[in-house]
Amino acid sequence: MSQGKIYPNAAAALSGLLKNDMTIMAGGFGICGIPESLIEAVSASGVKGITAISNNAGIDGVGLGVLLETRQIRKMISSYVGENKLFAQQYLAGELEIEFNPQGTLAERIRAGGAGIPAFFTKTGVGTSVAEGKEVREIDGARYVMERGLVADVALVHAWKGDTEGNLVFRKTARNFNPLMATAGKVTVVEVEHLVEPGEIDPDHIVTPGIYVQRIIHVPDPTKRIEQRTVRKRVMA
Amino acid sequence: MAWTREEMAARAAKELRDGFYVNLGIGIPTLVSNYIPTGMAVQLQSENGMLGTGPFPYEGEEDADLINAGKQTITELPTTSFFSSADSFAMIRGGHIDLSILGAMQVAENGDLANWMIPGKMVKGMGGAMDLVAGVKRVVVLMEHSAKNEPKLLPKCDLPLTGAQVVDMVITDLGVFTIDKHGKGGMTLVEVANGTTLDEIKAKTAAHYTVAPGLK
Repeated sequence: MSQGKIYPNAAAALSGLLKNDMTIMAGGFGICGIPESLIEAVSASGVKGITAISNNAGIDGVGLGVLLETRQIRKMISSYVGENKLFAQQYLAGELEIEFNPQGTLAERIRAGGAGIPAFFTKTGVGTSVAEGKEVREIDGARYVMERGLVADVALVHAWKGDTEGNLVFRKTARNFNPLMATAGKVTVVEVEHLVEPGEIDPDHIVTPGIYVQRIIHVPDPTKRIEQRTVRKRVMA
Repeated sequence: MAWTREEMAARAAKELRDGFYVNLGIGIPTLVSNYIPTGMAVQLQSENGMLGTGPFPYEGEEDADLINAGKQTITELPTTSFFSSADSFAMIRGGHIDLSILGAMQVAENGDLANWMIPGKMVKGMGGAMDLVAGVKRVVVLMEHSAKNEPKLLPKCDLPLTGAQVVDMVITDLGVFTIDKHGKGGMTLVEVANGTTLDEIKAKTAAHYTVAPGLK
């Protein structure tokens, strides 16, 4: 029987895919919905010179923060890295390259890359440093800047539930960049919290169809950290 | 005495209309959600992929998978929907969001906005701010009038821009200004905060502006 898309662990799922100076996309917003097991396996592999495409850089010691600690990342393409002190240190010391993208531009670049669209025009960033060195075109009386689609050698994705075919469902705001990145990896590797058989997910509820997913691992009960715990007091009746 | 942060948020809430879809930035803008008038239907969008954000959870009910764009734990409402970052910014960039209320470091009299970077000092990134100011129908800035006695309302921003000619209104602790961002009307002072004077505002504002008729 074929092994299909299921791998026993993160290291096995990444075997043969990692090399120095590669481009890796990693889903997540802050540390919500990050492919933590897969990132740890990238760290353990020791590959260096990574260009990492991810909205954020994790926090110190969590998510991509792990790869910053080990200096495996050469360049980040992100929209916001404010929560990572190590990032600021390495950047200001000239050890790390950063390409800031407006968050919507980053999302659309990944969506476009996955859809085979090499470039598109957007109003976001016109008149700012983001537009420097890029084509600006007037369309119907307004100015737009040209942005390029993005793809990666490997996309790392975290999903809530997946079947063995790779059909995926995400949970609440842990969805974020994960479905787009699944479409934009030459190889997409997914960690799922719940692994089920085909037919157990209602086809109408599938967010990412399995065609985008090449390798899957099961990570039951992952540790999920909260970056900003905010609560309200219960008022007793 | 000028307006407190709470009073500034309450003033900004007057810009809300029934049926609006609204994005609130981090900081003082977040407080605006406490002043949505009873009976008014306003859906708050969080750009990490949620429409219809609810209040903070009760202690013990926090969910790591349910956060807002400030990475704070929040809750769902019956109207809530979740979507990807691409769909989220399609809403924002496609002009489907009615109002964006966000903070700023500097605003220029022509509506230019700077709120994401101090060269050589702050390397955080713009997040969704550039998309919001470029795509949302109406942009309201909510900020302190001055920073360490330096004016923030300027003839021209000297920090890198978040957007050019994007701001419609500025609410500070001293008053409210409107900006005719696409026309030649410039900046107009339309309201003075309680306990503030026209002279005080003039002394603390570097931008050129006109005073609305009858204001004192």
